[in-house]
Amino acid sequence: MIPEIGHFALIVALGIALVQTILPLAGAARGIPSWMAVARPAARAQFVFLFVAFACLTQAFAVNDFSLLYVASNSNSAMPWYYRVTAVWGAHEGSLLLWAFILSIWMVAVSFFSRNLPEDFVARVLGVMGFISAGFLLFMLLTSNPFERLLPAAAEGRELNPLLQDFGLIAHPPMLYMGYVGFSVAFSFAIAALLGGKLDAAWARWSRPWTAVAWMFLTIGIALGSWWAYYELGWGGWWFWDPVENASFMPWLMGTALIHSLAVTEKRGGFKSWTVLLAILAFSLSLLGTFLVRSGVLTSVHAFATDPERGLFILIFLGVVVGVSLALYAWRAPKVGLGGDFALVSREAMLLGNNVLLAVASASVLLGTLYPLIVDALGLGKISVGPPYFNAIFIPLMTPLIFLMGVGPVARWKQASVPELLARLRWALLVSVVTALLLPVALGKWSPMISLGLFMGLWIITSSLKNLWDVAGRNGMRGLAQGLVNVPRGYYGMLFAHLGVAAFALGVCISGGYSQEKELRMEPGQSVEMAGYNFRFDGVQDVTGPNYQAKQGVVQVSKNGKEILVMRPQKRVYLVQRNPTTEADIDAGFLRHLYVALGEPVSGEAWSLRLYYKPFVQWIWTGPLMMFFGGLLAASDRRYRLATRRAPDYTAQGAPAQPALAR
Amino acid sequence: MKARYLVPLGIFAVLVGLLWAGLYLNPREVPSPLIDKPAPEFTLPRLDDPAAQIARKDLLGQVTLLNVWASWCAACREEHPLLVELARTGQVPIYGLNYKDTREDALRWLNGLGNPYTASAFDEQGNVGIDYGVYGVPETYVIDRAGVIRYKVIGPLTEDNLENTVLPLIRKLQG
Repeated sequence: MIPEIGHFALIVALGIALVQTILPLAGAARGIPSWMAVARPAARAQFVFLFVAFACLTQAFAVNDFSLLYVASNSNSAMPWYYRVTAVWGAHEGSLLLWAFILSIWMVAVSFFSRNLPEDFVARVLGVMGFISAGFLLFMLLTSNPFERLLPAAAEGRELNPLLQDFGLIAHPPMLYMGYVGFSVAFSFAIAALLGGKLDAAWARWSRPWTAVAWMFLTIGIALGSWWAYYELGWGGWWFWDPVENASFMPWLMGTALIHSLAVTEKRGGFKSWTVLLAILAFSLSLLGTFLVRSGVLTSVHAFATDPERGLFILIFLGVVVGVSLALYAWRAPKVGLGGDFALVSREAMLLGNNVLLAVASASVLLGTLYPLIVDALGLGKISVGPPYFNAIFIPLMTPLIFLMGVGPVARWKQASVPELLARLRWALLVSVVTALLLPVALGKWSPMISLGLFMGLWIITSSLKNLWDVAGRNGMRGLAQGLVNVPRGYYGMLFAHLGVAAFALGVCISGGYSQEKELRMEPGQSVEMAGYNFRFDGVQDVTGPNYQAKQGVVQVSKNGKEILVMRPQKRVYLVQRNPTTEADIDAGFLRHLYVALGEPVSGEAWSLRLYYKPFVQWIWTGPLMMFFGGLLAASDRRYRLATRRAPDYTAQGAPAQPALAR
Repeated sequence: MKARYLVPLGIFAVLVGLLWAGLYLNPREVPSPLIDKPAPEFTLPRLDDPAAQIARKDLLGQVTLLNVWASWCAACREEHPLLVELARTGQVPIYGLNYKDTREDALRWLNGLGNPYTASAFDEQGNVGIDYGVYGVPETYVIDRAGVIRYKVIGPLTEDNLENTVLPLIRKLQG
């Protein structure tokens, strides 16, 4: 009975979504206030019904209702309760429900935090979001109903893919979808602005906090996915340029460009049509990512169900949403007009550089991801594009981007001067170059790439600190505390996010350059030295988990003759699916990870083991965490709250009061 | 309406066309031209010994699996334990085609994860891979005694396709 309630709730939600699309959009076009007023209650009602549907599916997992096909395919009564509940989004149908549910959360958020926006604007935004929601709900009901019954019921479920039974996978999809779907808000704002013909600075100001929040969730979602791959796939890599990873990375790159472009539109009234295009593209890439993952046009380690019918539906939906948006853009954007002009050396120009580099990076990832498909579609044969392509593309694109990251925030709007920039940044430049050249020598291994990577990280840190000093330390040391308090949160948000990039760059560079690894055969009692640590292999035990059997290696780690910890890497075989998985044991320190993975039994009691010492690898994920907080700080800047309370009579050309603070 | 504002729409239309075509191509599907055709000729250095060679004729006279792999390939890690297990049972000799890899990485990989291969050919440039129509790594070919390709798995081997398709076919061919 409960699954039928869920199914019914989905159908009702679809009906509400259609009403929410048609009435407010038509009302805004014809100026009928009562039709526009439907938008908010409809969005909230939709949320309630999707919440009910989601709760019903969760309940089915919790009580092991194997009369539901989706539960029987993805769960098992031996699985611990927390994996059963999170298996709700472990496969196709449930992920879609999560997608739709999260979209309704964003709609409710818009309905509450939009009290001071013009009525017709809110009606259009929620109308567009309602249309997106209707598309996904229709897709779910027609091709991927999670509430489909399996009669007679299965006695036992098939179990969730063991690789997904993991903390990383509990948190990864919700965060990622919050980001993906969150870009629908910026997208809907852009479409609403195009429809209303008012692409002004106020529109950019309203969009900024929403974009920042979506971006920070996407950032943390991608980082969690990478962290999961790092420890769960059992071989110490953290990014594989897999099509599914790329599908989340493309909107991230585009969204990052959007955040910066919005700043120019808000502050200077420039880049308007470009910003609106970025807002459309960021969400389009989220939809494209959904299509790529859900349609099975690409092979990937994330082997999801593939079904051309589903793919066709998403493709048509993608074509309608993106096609109509881009047509609207082609129709309305030419009337927008240009913003104020700016010199070749100015903050606008540097942000334009940032935008171009990020857009090119995103296009390159798209090309690399789709290239096998394109070649195949043109009948030229089947090929694959590996990490070598992406690495070759990314280093030349990211190097100038990071250089701009140091200069941009220091530069003045409209017109900056090179000698002045040089004067302000010379110490930052000198310190980072010298350190980047000398530090590797001190660490005993130098290479051009290590120095380049160190320079990038240090350059961001030194130039950011210099910038902070310029902003907060105008009254010298004594006024510093007050200066730091006076700096707006948005500025700290930028600083944090940029320092996050620095932490990430340092993590990649140092762990890439100075990691040590040993892959060797070890007898019980045998020990080996690596990077000052002594690893003693104490044999392998049998361990039984709730739904798996495991071989567990015992490795005693000591440093300077003192035993510091015991590591227990496992090889598991799950009872239902019989797939072996590797559970590496990681001692995650801030400055280094020790990583031990159990290989194969070699002979007798001997096993092959892989030991890694990875300095600073933690920073690869600390960086995105800092970016997350940066986004949080930026989105919670009080001027956005003030802005929404004030009447939207803000003019585009209004010069910011403090140019050095403006971001 | 200025033409340049139509550029994004144009690009998108082309993209949708390609994706549309892509929907009806199954990336895991066997390209039919290769099935039941003699496996293409190749002669390559052995992975573990650059001086020694391995060629198509070494595979003849027995049913073999030819597994295309690389140390940079995530899905290969996933299927590797199955290959190791299969090699241990001795049901079928497994030859490896190490594809677009470096010798150092590939050997370290085998040392760490176990080596299921009777021998691995080292296809550094991926030329043999092109002859075999390798779409993505990993791929696995079932080749019969006469050197004819009988089946091809694109993507990782799984418990399911191994038990239900590949092994029954091998037993039949060994028959």
